[in-house]
Amino acid sequence: MSGLLKFITCGSVDDGKSTLIGHILYDSKLLYADQEKALILDSKVGSRGGAIDYSLLLDGLMAEREQGITIDVAYRYFTTDKRSFIVADTPGHEEYTRNMAVGASFAQLAIILVDAKQGVLVQTRRHSRICALMGIHHFVFAVNKMDLVGYSEDRFNEIVKDINELSESLGLQDVVIIPVSATEGDNVTVKSENTPWYTGKTLLDHLETVDVTETESETGFYMPVQRVCRPNHEFRGFQGQIESGKIKVGQTITTLPSNETATVKSLLNGSTSVEEAVTGQAVTIQLDREVDVSRGCVLTDQAQLSVAKSFTATLLWMDDSRLTLGKEYLVKLGTKRIPGLIRSIKYKIDVNTGEHISADYIAKNEIALCEIELAEKIVLDEFKKHKTLGEMILIDRVSHMTSACGVLETVENDGEKPYFQKDDIKVGGYVFEEFYFNLENAMMSKAGSDKKTYHVGDEVPVVGDSFKYPEYFDILSVDDGAAVLIRDGQVEDIQRIEDYRYMGLPVVDERGMELLVKSRADLAKFLEEAADITPERRSELHNKWLRFETYRKVVCTDNFWVI
Amino acid sequence: MSGLSHLDELEAEAIYIIREVAAECEKPVMLYSIGKDSSVMLHLALKAFYPEKPPFPFLHVNTTWKFQEMIKFRDKTAKDLGIEMLEYINEDGVKQGINPFDNGSAYTDIMKTQALKQALNKYGFTAAFGGGRRDEEKSRAKERIFSFRNENHAWDPKNQRPEMWKLYNTEINKGESIRVFPISNWTEKDIWQYIKRENIPIVPLYFAKERPVVYRDGNIIMVDDERMRLKPGEKPEMKKVRFRTLGCYPLTGGILSEADTLDAIIEETLSSVESERTSRIIDSDGGTASMEKRKREGYF
Repeated sequence: MSGLLKFITCGSVDDGKSTLIGHILYDSKLLYADQEKALILDSKVGSRGGAIDYSLLLDGLMAEREQGITIDVAYRYFTTDKRSFIVADTPGHEEYTRNMAVGASFAQLAIILVDAKQGVLVQTRRHSRICALMGIHHFVFAVNKMDLVGYSEDRFNEIVKDINELSESLGLQDVVIIPVSATEGDNVTVKSENTPWYTGKTLLDHLETVDVTETESETGFYMPVQRVCRPNHEFRGFQGQIESGKIKVGQTITTLPSNETATVKSLLNGSTSVEEAVTGQAVTIQLDREVDVSRGCVLTDQAQLSVAKSFTATLLWMDDSRLTLGKEYLVKLGTKRIPGLIRSIKYKIDVNTGEHISADYIAKNEIALCEIELAEKIVLDEFKKHKTLGEMILIDRVSHMTSACGVLETVENDGEKPYFQKDDIKVGGYVFEEFYFNLENAMMSKAGSDKKTYHVGDEVPVVGDSFKYPEYFDILSVDDGAAVLIRDGQVEDIQRIEDYRYMGLPVVDERGMELLVKSRADLAKFLEEAADITPERRSELHNKWLRFETYRKVVCTDNFWVI
Repeated sequence: MSGLSHLDELEAEAIYIIREVAAECEKPVMLYSIGKDSSVMLHLALKAFYPEKPPFPFLHVNTTWKFQEMIKFRDKTAKDLGIEMLEYINEDGVKQGINPFDNGSAYTDIMKTQALKQALNKYGFTAAFGGGRRDEEKSRAKERIFSFRNENHAWDPKNQRPEMWKLYNTEINKGESIRVFPISNWTEKDIWQYIKRENIPIVPLYFAKERPVVYRDGNIIMVDDERMRLKPGEKPEMKKVRFRTLGCYPLTGGILSEADTLDAIIEETLSSVESERTSRIIDSDGGTASMEKRKREGYF
């Protein structure tokens, strides 16, 4: 067995996580003399009455030593004769769950400690669930403090039963259960004489030999572009890390979302010119033609990735301020950073029972399935299909806190259905959607609705709770380059903007705001200004030409759930 | 998982991090301390952007008490590679005559911590790469790869941003900044093996050689220039020594060694019974938590 193993230790408070890792390091003679000396000195003033307190090797922060608890994840590096390890020792307190999740996102294997006296606790279940959510496939449940239950086989078997139930409900695959005592060292690195009824491996033996190579690899090649390298006019290379598959000089690839094809002209692994590169390498790819690719785009071959703006994701909320529906967050996914909002909470997941609970907010440390919508389409995929493009974080735009992390469950592949459609003319917008002022969070938001598409001949609801349009008017969408003619409450025609003629009827934009156009000359002027506008100055154009309150009005609601 | 070797994996991870900073942060700088970790980080930066030069400058905070060989090496490196190397010295400290003999921990604060803050403020850098590794010291073991600093350059270890997968949060307000540690997950052994594999130039002080030294408080201190204050009874003698870490010469302990090749150094490192930080006098000055304290105050 070879290779690096990244693992985490987790479990409830005082289950002995830091002590367990400290003991492995101590037993394996993996400490430098000065570290051992410091440990013995520190232990003298510690809480174990002078006996060696192995946890002091890991709890490095002043506050942690003062309080005798672990607050943040600590990384330790050690090598035995058989394997190299990086271990993330994570905090057990519910308060610091997000720090535990940091460790879980990095690990291939999780050691979950269970106190033999207390059995499987809520925090044990929470941590197991988060580990599974973050994509860990290998689990060791270490039933600790066996010395305090007299090394009782019966007690161990009771806990095994609970662990098996938990594993089954979470769908955990590779699960091993070991009775240990972290302070006394039973079955940690040496097989214990106190548990003759246990015939399995010691913890260290298992860690040294477990096979964590993924049996199912992801399909195809893909590389999210980190940056474009342009040292001079001749060279234009796309830099990034290959997330799956391999690539060769001469291979044809597709660029997303622009969907162009090109052939690989040259490949650099770091600064070395190579013919082929594989998963995990940081490369620079030069293509044989000009393509529309910048940071956040993806180069791919046969990976069948999605380009979409709507998806559902299981989120772990990590911020002190709770999730706000309809509020704009920054979403980071792959190498893309883009505004997005949480459209709805489908349900919250009870960490203890796994039950789905309806909810209108999520607080810190809660897990929920949410519908998320981005400002524009980007390249993404389900977490279980292409891991890197199925991971995301949400960043609060004001506090800059990493508010949540999540994994993509389902992707709305067609993207958004158009609001109006005639043949290949598609128009977006939400002219006939309700807007409410939400008293809970003092924000205007669009109410959720079943997305429907209007075609020529369809009747439209000209009057709603929060809007009232005339029976005859025109809808103009500059973004989609199209106009929709409403006559007698019906869609009479959908045309390209070049074919549209102003006939003196009221005009609204695709949001239902009045467009202040009273003549053909006005219209021409508006279209000319709109064509020149830069994204940063969009609101200037809107404030000049649009009026919200002509056909729409503000309606208050305190029903958070409407939105 | 990939079939890459351990070193290849660490290299790719570091390059990814360095590129993320260049792509997302407004005004990055790479701190360059001339030591082996900085040499590795510089090498990774050259690889990350090749055939382009790194799109940010390098900054050396000079306490004016560095080994002469370090400064020579720094200047040659910058010239050979054609990179922009900034030097910053806290001139106030120099004027006040702050030195490692009289001023103890105030020296480190004024000439290193304060100097670094002044330099970052002067140029308005929003992100600074550092060569810190998590295996060096316990509070480093707890630090994120992207580590947020407030407008006073202070670290709040109790309220670090969660760092998930490799989705780094680089959002900051004006005046705030981020420290980035691309070689967080490297061990001392990884550093040496990588230096050998990639043939990375390092300061000759890492190799054992006859050098003039004195024994002081259990440390071997090199007499690098005439400013070294000798205590009564101290007399420089020639010993074959090398250094595991490099810093200000009066504060850096050497070790007696015959290791004058990379292979010999690697072998010595693997069988060492002391961690590398024991040779830095500055760390043990102030107890177990001294490094965390200094970092909260803005030390790297």
